[in-house]
Amino acid sequence: MSAVIEEHHHDDHHHGPAKGIMRWVFTTNHKDIGTLYLWFSFAMFLLGGSFALVIRAELFQPGLQIVEPEFFNQMTTMHGLIMVFGAVMPAFVGLANWLVPMMIGAPDMALPRMNNYSFWILPFAFTMLASTLLMEGGGPNFGWTFYAPLSTEQGPPSTTFFIFAVHLMGISSIMGSINVIVTILNLRAPGLTLMQMPLFVWTWLITAFLLIAVMPVLAGVVTMMLMDIHFGTAFFNAGGGGDPVLFQHVFWFFGHPEVYIMILPAFGVVSAIIPTFARKRLFGYASMVYATSSIAFLSFIVWAHHMFTVGMPLAGELYFMYATMLIAIPTGVKVFNWVATMWQGAMTFETPMLFAIAFVILFTIGGLSGLMLAIGPADFQYHDTYFVVAHFHYVLVPGSVFSIMAAVYYWLPKWTGNMYDEALGKLHFWLSFVGINVLFFPQHFVGLAGMPRRVPDYNLQFADYNMVSSVGAFLFGFSQLLFLFIVIKCVRGGVKATDQVWEGAHGLEWTIPSPAPYHTFTTPPDLKDISEAHG
Amino acid sequence: MNESKQLDSAKRGAAKLVLVVVGMFGFGFALVPLYDIICDVTGLNGKTSGKYVSEQSLKIDEERTVTIQFLANNNAGMPWEFRPVSRSLEVTPGELNATEFFVRNPAKSSITGQAVPSVTPFRAAKYLHKTECFCFEQQQLASGETLQMPLRFIIDSEMPKDITKLTLSYTLYDITEQVSGDLAAD
Ligand SMILES: [Cu+2]
Repeated sequence: MSAVIEEHHHDDHHHGPAKGIMRWVFTTNHKDIGTLYLWFSFAMFLLGGSFALVIRAELFQPGLQIVEPEFFNQMTTMHGLIMVFGAVMPAFVGLANWLVPMMIGAPDMALPRMNNYSFWILPFAFTMLASTLLMEGGGPNFGWTFYAPLSTEQGPPSTTFFIFAVHLMGISSIMGSINVIVTILNLRAPGLTLMQMPLFVWTWLITAFLLIAVMPVLAGVVTMMLMDIHFGTAFFNAGGGGDPVLFQHVFWFFGHPEVYIMILPAFGVVSAIIPTFARKRLFGYASMVYATSSIAFLSFIVWAHHMFTVGMPLAGELYFMYATMLIAIPTGVKVFNWVATMWQGAMTFETPMLFAIAFVILFTIGGLSGLMLAIGPADFQYHDTYFVVAHFHYVLVPGSVFSIMAAVYYWLPKWTGNMYDEALGKLHFWLSFVGINVLFFPQHFVGLAGMPRRVPDYNLQFADYNMVSSVGAFLFGFSQLLFLFIVIKCVRGGVKATDQVWEGAHGLEWTIPSPAPYHTFTTPPDLKDISEAHG
Repeated sequence: MNESKQLDSAKRGAAKLVLVVVGMFGFGFALVPLYDIICDVTGLNGKTSGKYVSEQSLKIDEERTVTIQFLANNNAGMPWEFRPVSRSLEVTPGELNATEFFVRNPAKSSITGQAVPSVTPFRAAKYLHKTECFCFEQQQLASGETLQMPLRFIIDSEMPKDITKLTLSYTLYDITEQVSGDLAAD
């Protein structure tokens, strides 16, 4: 931990970053590491997205045209794994790295050396995961949920590498979360109380606790798989006295909180952006904090709503059904607060605001289909159909992913010192918005009509909607190259951003120069601006 | 000075969080026995309990009969012929019943099998008492060998009246590899 202290000595002497590639390899600077995380996640987003396009290309027409069913299964599996663990989660960790220290007036993350390790584990983990596609027997083909015995007894030989990749990414996000927690709890500027923190910091604090609670359980379940595969144990093998249903219980004990890990920081982002462009304080700050906490708590006790059809006693079905529906209440509080913040505000619609408003609307649609899925008896009809696919993509793509894009547009001028191209940004938004709805909305209908997920071929009756869906997928997918172009253009130059950047922006990160200097808040800030930071 | 104090408490906090992580890793494994206990108590998943030993003789309910159906399935890759000798029985709750399952190993090599039972409706599981069952042990059959495997059971007269029919299903697993693995380990 002497690295921590050395870093501070280092600060006193020179203030710029080191030169060359080694700057990025050895960096302990939270802004550098945030940048690394964000670029890494964008690369994974394109990789996972290209897998999705393989899927949509195959599903463009009924019948088998482009890929073998076996490879199709590998694509659905890898798409899910890479998007969840490689794109969405690292993007939020990148945002946390950039923003949390600046928002709480800290000079850096509390454990900078560990921060470097948490990032650099990821490229190894995902290289290992992606390389399974080239191995004999192919990559993982059992779905991102890797249910036993599909993954234990019937999985390809590369499953062992998949397991190690999951271990590595788990270690990375556990280290990242420990860092976020101790930074927020220990390095806040003097006088900054917890209930004065911006909501992005709050939501990340809660997310980090979720992560350290459930990532070890994920590590445990893949360890059990490893032992079943190689050491003759029978955790999930009924023949040896185990139970494959146990796998689902342990997996979803991790898996349900995991979905909140991917959405709570998004709530924080939107809660920062909407007040800025509505030029009003966030409505109901305290209720937002309590709602986030109750969502996090509830996330631990609803997991079996993913398992209504495995054969549970009626009492279990009813309990998990009502407990799940309960989550709609704090979530509803949040949506209400965002709408109330916009109400009678002096709104302008810059790109971040467009993404944030689309988030509120489309996430609510995804939440609503989630409520439908929570109804136990109805779930028997919806289970494992495209309705489920439509539901979780509505909460993850126009939910989490839109919030990440909103965040990038919103803070990019602070990071680079330049304004991005507003006209191109709006074009990117509208292409994405139209693309995503054309892509996922029809999937509700084919799902309700009974089209199963994870199949490369389908009944003729689903042909039209699938064709529409594939068109939307390619529109959405290729629009992201425009996003890449806009970001690169902004990094390279543009209209100089002011320190505050946005007229209605409040918070510590807007008090420092744009671009944010390499080292900020080496002496704690004066908190006079804090009271305006939120409602 | 203040700054290094902050860092000290950050490191202490990080150490505590590592304990949480280790604890949760353990919790994942603790779910395994926990799950078995919950299944035993609630009959979740239609798991039947082990060998039944009665402390006192069970009350016989002459008022009604219950139909019990038998199913025999092979897990993927298990080549044995496996079927119940009778497909269903009409039994009186409280009385001891006996039936048999037939197996034959058509493969060229010796195979060890393990049958795993399951009862539907699930809530009937805890009223099905097996005093003798081939599922309590493993079977090893040489190539071409056949076996009539015994099953003796009592349906508890306490079973709710609305359950008039239950299904006892067995899935047969090929555990030859695991067994030889165990021997190698010994
Ligand atoms: Cu869930």
